[in-house]
Amino acid sequence: MKVLGEVQLPGFTPLGSGEVVVAQNVAFGIVAVVMVVAALRMVTTRNIVHAALYLVIVLAGVAGIFILLGAEFIGVTQILVYIGAIVVLFLFGIMLTRGALGEGEESETEKRRMALLVSVLLVVVVGGALVGSFSDASVGRSAPSRTAEIGDTLFSQYIVPFEAVSVLLLAALIGAIVVARKD
Amino acid sequence: MLLNQFLLLSAILFAIGVYGVLARRNGVLVLMSIELILNAVNINLVAFSATHEAVSGEIFALFVIAVAAAEVGVGLAMVLLLYRNRRSIDLTEIDLMRG
Repeated sequence: MKVLGEVQLPGFTPLGSGEVVVAQNVAFGIVAVVMVVAALRMVTTRNIVHAALYLVIVLAGVAGIFILLGAEFIGVTQILVYIGAIVVLFLFGIMLTRGALGEGEESETEKRRMALLVSVLLVVVVGGALVGSFSDASVGRSAPSRTAEIGDTLFSQYIVPFEAVSVLLLAALIGAIVVARKD
Repeated sequence: MLLNQFLLLSAILFAIGVYGVLARRNGVLVLMSIELILNAVNINLVAFSATHEAVSGEIFALFVIAVAAAEVGVGLAMVLLLYRNRRSIDLTEIDLMRG
């Protein structure tokens, strides 16, 4: 399949499909390790501002995973909405409640141990089910998904949920103002 | 690429988010952990969407992003109200309705 806009450069040989798969796997490995380490640091760090910055790394990694999966529009939306808006909202929340919980926030060891147990059990059970169910399924589009196709589907097949989400956002906006208003 | 590597990454992120929700006391950090959980779900949706060469999963991921934005807005407003009333955002102190 000839990719649109492909140019043949002299002295440049494009990667074969096997090499592309290797490159994709290497990229996935790097992004995945960075994401897991940052997520672990996020939930264990004492400093809440650092936690927000680790969250940025995880969200950027998720955007990278989306692009790796050929979902470019979702990846860009992830960066715009999450890193651009939601993290800033979190930082405002942190600044407005600064000092409410000292630096030495220390959960009880009992509670932490139970939480650790729950999450390890979750990984084991879900991971076991996944390995058993999708052991040979492979992923990867022949071409990245087109934004026009997403738009067409969103505004035809999914128009009712789309409108519902717009009403939800309006309700959340008004609700947040009413809840946080000082009177 | 295997589908499983994405699903396992998503499961690990989900579990880390669950740990954050259960173990931490700071209200803002619990909200951040919920974001982690929602992102793990989004990875699953997009991975299955890519497996089936369809766009429905990506549209669901967009909906999840929109709902997460609404949730963060309301959640942070609640945390701010909590801080204003009690000068603390320690979630373990909120036990008014405990039986």
